[in-house]
Amino acid sequence: MTNLDQTSNSNWTIIFLCWIVASISTLGSLFFSEIMEFPPCALCWYQRIFMFPLVLILLVGLFPFDKNIIKYALPLALAGWGFAFYHYLLYSGFIPESLQPCSQGASCSETYLDLFGFLTIPMLSLISFSTIVALLYILKRRLSK
Amino acid sequence: MRKQDIVLVLISGGFLIFLFVIGVSIYNNQQAKKYGFMALENASTFVREHSLTLGSDDAKVYLVEFSDPACETCSAFHPFVKNLMAANPGKIKLVVRYAPFHDGADYFVKILEAARKQGKYWETLEVMYKTQRNWASHHNPQPQLIWKFLPRAGLDLEKIKNDMNDPEIEKLIKQDLADAKTLNVKKTPGFFVNGKPLQSFGYKQLQELIEAAIKNNY
Repeated sequence: MTNLDQTSNSNWTIIFLCWIVASISTLGSLFFSEIMEFPPCALCWYQRIFMFPLVLILLVGLFPFDKNIIKYALPLALAGWGFAFYHYLLYSGFIPESLQPCSQGASCSETYLDLFGFLTIPMLSLISFSTIVALLYILKRRLSK
Repeated sequence: MRKQDIVLVLISGGFLIFLFVIGVSIYNNQQAKKYGFMALENASTFVREHSLTLGSDDAKVYLVEFSDPACETCSAFHPFVKNLMAANPGKIKLVVRYAPFHDGADYFVKILEAARKQGKYWETLEVMYKTQRNWASHHNPQPQLIWKFLPRAGLDLEKIKNDMNDPEIEKLIKQDLADAKTLNVKKTPGFFVNGKPLQSFGYKQLQELIEAAIKNNY
């Protein structure tokens, strides 16, 4: 019985960690756009579209713990990851400028922030989405055992 | 649903929001320091030789406004700024800088600067702001329509058409845009009162910033 309790406890913690990552990312991206007033480019908006709802969906899945949360959260996280990965490729120059989808407004390849010489905003986004996808995948494996 | 789980989520959520608020205040402080410093060291970034000013030369409060003739909020703020100046006669000097962020807005700046050569700057600006919705609508801007309204300012239109192509005006706009970038002006109107940026935007906030500057200097 204690064993079962512990397993369900760590399952809850995994979703909780996902929620923390999503919340930090959401607040961080709001800080960049609203406080530092960096205009979000088109690709940033798509990533935000998939990141912001995760905060609420994951929170709902925590109380009470609902394993179906994976079914709802994973598609969002995967879609966001796709945009983040594409953005990262664009940003680091693997995809040439001519393929760049946003011509008006903010440029998707302009560097606004460079923390410690390597952490850029698209990279932060890719790290967040990767972490959430990985955690959700781990939980999925655990539950199907 | 365990009680300690709820507490954990509440505390973490609260902590994240707390960090956010702290971040905002640190960032704002840093920005204020940076621009205050710049105002001391580099006053010319705020007022250039070519910049048009309104108000007494003895005024101790300099209100620098980065504006765009096609910007609705600039138009809405114009009467407010004029009222503030009228309420504090001789104490405020308005410096007009350009940040024509709207598409094709430099066209209107050129007309304004050409009108300045005829000594009709403020009349023209007044007409522009009043008729703005006719030619500067966002979904259908029609810059040519402005010519219909310009005679109201008593302008010699033929002369305007000539003067507005003066390369000096082009240079002036470039300089103003460069200064706007240096001062981190990304939206119009962008206000600075004696070098201090208006940090939270609004009528009341601008009034408070100006009144504080008047209190400090008089």
